[in-house]
Amino acid sequence: MGRIVLDQVSKSFGDVEVIPPLDLTIDDGEFTVFVGPSGCGKSTLLRLIAGLEDTTSGHIRIDGEDATNVPPAKRGLAMVFQSYALYPHMSVRKNIAFPMRMAKMSQEEQDKRIEAAAKALNLTDYLDRRPGQLSGGQRQRVAIGRAIVREPSAFLFDEPLSNLDAALRVGMRMEISELHKKLDTTMIYVTHDQVEAMTMADKIVVLQAGVIEQVGTPLELYRAPRNVFVAGFIGSPKMNLIEGAEAAKHDAHTIGIRPEHIDVSTTEGLWQGTVGVAEHLGSDTFIHIHGVPGCEPMTVRTDGEFGVKHGDTVYLTPNLAHLHRFDAEGLRLE
Amino acid sequence: MARAATTQRKALNTALAWLIGFLIFFPILWTILTSFKTEAQAIASPPIFLNFDWTLENYSVVQERSDYMRFLWNSIILAGGSTILGTMIAIPAAWSMAFVPSKRTKDILLWMLSTKMLPAVGVLYPIYLLFIQLGLLDSRAGLVIVLMLINLPIIVWMLYTYFREIPGEILEAARMDGATLKEEILYVLTPMAIPGIASTLLLNFILAWNEAFWTLNLTAVDAAPLTAFIASYSSPEGLFFAKLSAASTMAIAPILILGWFSQKQLVRGLTFGAVK
Repeated sequence: MGRIVLDQVSKSFGDVEVIPPLDLTIDDGEFTVFVGPSGCGKSTLLRLIAGLEDTTSGHIRIDGEDATNVPPAKRGLAMVFQSYALYPHMSVRKNIAFPMRMAKMSQEEQDKRIEAAAKALNLTDYLDRRPGQLSGGQRQRVAIGRAIVREPSAFLFDEPLSNLDAALRVGMRMEISELHKKLDTTMIYVTHDQVEAMTMADKIVVLQAGVIEQVGTPLELYRAPRNVFVAGFIGSPKMNLIEGAEAAKHDAHTIGIRPEHIDVSTTEGLWQGTVGVAEHLGSDTFIHIHGVPGCEPMTVRTDGEFGVKHGDTVYLTPNLAHLHRFDAEGLRLE
Repeated sequence: MARAATTQRKALNTALAWLIGFLIFFPILWTILTSFKTEAQAIASPPIFLNFDWTLENYSVVQERSDYMRFLWNSIILAGGSTILGTMIAIPAAWSMAFVPSKRTKDILLWMLSTKMLPAVGVLYPIYLLFIQLGLLDSRAGLVIVLMLINLPIIVWMLYTYFREIPGEILEAARMDGATLKEEILYVLTPMAIPGIASTLLLNFILAWNEAFWTLNLTAVDAAPLTAFIASYSSPEGLFFAKLSAASTMAIAPILILGWFSQKQLVRGLTFGAVK
């Protein structure tokens, strides 16, 4: 229950085509993340699946049934919004009960499910409060609670964590991942944060300008990005992309090497550069190095104890086993 | 130094505000004062401000001469009925304009408002004929419809501004949660818009209560509200300022009290959306 197939789905607003026809299959029980820079059409794609926007052409099938023209309420999907979209005039209990009330579920069953959801989400003590009296994290939990009581065939998350502070975001990320393991229901999650995508997804869909750049597991995307865009987007800090003479040595238009795949030394190496900024995170140090031809600046990741400062000269040696090569169109060369 | 200047300025502004407030309120105050004078004192020259013989005679005469309660009851029905009917039509209209706007929404809103710019007397003749044809002359039902129609643009506009402030995502959430359009409006939109709806109702009740052109022209006896009650004291038997004032005071008292207790809501309603 919860296999979603997009078949040549496209969307235009007026004359502007935001999503050219695309195909995508999301398997049952999969945690799929749509990721891309803002304005790439990932939220629109989610809203098309939800039924909040009409498709311009193509078909959406949910569990084999054509849902293209089915209203959102009848698609059996639940959505968690970026703004939480709780009903401010209802208590937490009533918020969670709302979809069941709309489905005319018996009061007994409603109470049972509310209790179970509240327990799972640590909301038992807050059931009689209004959303305005809750913290951001609690509101997010209520929104999730409202989604799970319906027992939907799939959950849709539209950047649900972007309104939370950094610490809370990490916690909620884990909670949502655990929820997915527990419920084993299809989840589609939209984010612009590639760290969220990497840590949560079974499958990542990278989008740019409404076009799917690559679909794959987090590690597939990390190890073998299909093009320069995916290479630059997935991974943190970003992959170093080098053009010019250095790339030509490897028969490529562009070569890419991740910061963690470069050895840095103060005495010898292939490339020489000057330290611009060294970010000491404790466990790691990110060094931004100027003066390496074809790449400005080059970022290198090294261990936390590596003590260099602004203006120091360092030598870099890329690990060639992890070198990515791209042609003039930006596509990967094998 | 700067602070002292600010305080002085504030005091000046306050004084000015009170002065303007007093000027605006003065005619009402004068009417109320006159209603307690004798007819002779009412037209005395120079006018007497406070040191006259206070009397309730005008009120008892007015009460004897005409059935105040019947006019009051008509006013309540006309103002209440037109407001409720108008709101029932305006909520769905404002919903669609606020949440599913089309290319023409702005034009429609402007066009609706433009009907308020038309002098009412311009359509008096056709409406009067219609009323005769339909047998609505001097009927409460007819007046309720006319008052509703003339206030409808304002109700739609006010509700539209209020609805625009409600985040669309909440309504989308309701849709995802399985609410039908009716349930969405009934359980989610309306409760969230209650403050806005309340001040809209209030303002329209007051507008309908004070409306004099149509109520005077389309009623005679059966449906005549308080505006007709006041008017009946104006001319035929000469000028009786004290009695006219007593009738006016009785007519405006209910709405003045209602307005006094709900001024917070009203001010919010009138300035809503203007400052954001």
